[in-house]
Amino acid sequence: MRTFLTLLNREIRSFFYQPIAYVVMFFLLLVAGFNFFLSVLLLIGQPSEITVVELAFNMVPFWIVFILTFPLITMRSYAEEFRQGTFETLTTAPVTDWQVVLSKFFGALSFYCLLWAPTFIHFGIFKWIAKADAANANGAYMGVYLLLLLMGMFFTAYGCLASSLVKDQINAAVICACGVFIWFFLPFLPEIMRITKPETLEFFRYFSAAEHMREFAKGVIDSRQVVWYLSATVLMLFLNFIVFQRRKWRA
Amino acid sequence: MIKVENLTKRYAGFTAIQDLNFEVERGEIVGFLGPNGAGKTTTMRILTGYLPATSGSASIAGFDVFENSLEARRRIGYLPENTPLYHDMRVNEYLAYRSHLKGVPGGKVRERVGDVIELCNLREKQRAIIGTLSKGQRQRVGLADALVHDPDILILDEPTIGLDPNQIRQVRELIKNLAQKRTVLISTHILPEVEIMCSRVIVIHKGTIRASDTADNLLRNHRAAGNMRIEAKVGSDNAADALGRLEGVREVLVEPDGDYTTFNLRLEANSDPSEEVMRLAMSRHWSVRELVRRRASLEDVFVELTHSDS
Repeated sequence: MRTFLTLLNREIRSFFYQPIAYVVMFFLLLVAGFNFFLSVLLLIGQPSEITVVELAFNMVPFWIVFILTFPLITMRSYAEEFRQGTFETLTTAPVTDWQVVLSKFFGALSFYCLLWAPTFIHFGIFKWIAKADAANANGAYMGVYLLLLLMGMFFTAYGCLASSLVKDQINAAVICACGVFIWFFLPFLPEIMRITKPETLEFFRYFSAAEHMREFAKGVIDSRQVVWYLSATVLMLFLNFIVFQRRKWRA
Repeated sequence: MIKVENLTKRYAGFTAIQDLNFEVERGEIVGFLGPNGAGKTTTMRILTGYLPATSGSASIAGFDVFENSLEARRRIGYLPENTPLYHDMRVNEYLAYRSHLKGVPGGKVRERVGDVIELCNLREKQRAIIGTLSKGQRQRVGLADALVHDPDILILDEPTIGLDPNQIRQVRELIKNLAQKRTVLISTHILPEVEIMCSRVIVIHKGTIRASDTADNLLRNHRAAGNMRIEAKVGSDNAADALGRLEGVREVLVEPDGDYTTFNLRLEANSDPSEEVMRLAMSRHWSVRELVRRRASLEDVFVELTHSDS
């Protein structure tokens, strides 16, 4: 456990050795703030069926910045170790492969949580100024941030996998960004192709991140999605572990 | 402490090392010698658990490096080739991180880091960011990292590369001092270094061991020949033939030099025909201007062992 915590500690700190962490934080907060401002603006002055929370987490700027965070936080995790050669010092220290894989994952995930946590302040400010809740119930806040965490786990695990496949962080970022983009936009395919068969629509809806967010932002926490994201994360980590071992044996 | 049996590593299409067998005892400094691509780094990487072997076995302090990799790794201080380091960390921070990782008890980390910083002469640079250090300084950080958990066994892959002569001397002294209670396996192709530091030399070429002995014994026993140079006025006498027939002379090279002729004799190992040469010269009335005998150097042995495919 101590070894794991040592590794995790370095992973988290390594984000702050680089200016990129501060740049990402700055832009994420900027865009998220703008996104929030826009959603309030759109709802002002007229009765509406949806809440600020529901709108804010379904806007285009939110999704763009959400998707872009993953390549930025995961691209360095393995690729940089390969490039610098520190993969050798890391794996010849008395650490197990799982300790390394999990520390990389939880390191990136911790940074991800740190990035998104401050956005919660928006809703506090809203409540303070507007004297009204930004959501129907507290469950909606919980739903949104739970889903952010679940999706974050899945995409972070995927990003780590992408980084473990290549020796260059730019390649890692591209692979990660493409994957997340495709994953996000694939469920829109039936709409674009005008497929109306209900089974097909249902199937794609099951994987749709946008659809999940719509539900969770209403405070509807669906255990199927929770299980799905958790198991997908475990699968990604397992693949990551296999790639890691193969890398090590081949180096 | 280190035991290697029938170790073989094949990559797709070529064999990096083939049936290596050797042992290193406690307190020995063993120099691992060989040309580039001989399999030194591969062997070291297998010993440190970075690469799996294709067949054979290796153990560190009784722990098999495949079966019991963690226990084996705990006992090794390893300095890889090119000294990979995290360039964005500070020296003391990096060493503290590494000592935690290698299981130094929490209360002792500060003390150990202080010790190795002192030992590797890094006091002035301990707060510096590693990326800003010179090659030699980084090399010393790598060495400090290898030492920080006070390991029984040190495996150093070209530890003096990139250092200036003063630093090389310092590192050599350091390694020699360390070796008193440790086992050191050190790879290099700087030959004088081996003669100065190592109690034993293993010469490896094309993945197989060509020799394993003390430097002195290698020089004494090896076919690597010494040289003798004679400058003499021999007139029309067929001196080259006469010299060539002497016992212990393998080859005679002749260079005319005005009235004088220079004969370069390549000698068999352990032979010293200087008396016979002088007797011959006197009986044939050559006027000898110079006679120099040069013992084979480790370099000659090295070239002899690794030169051809033989």
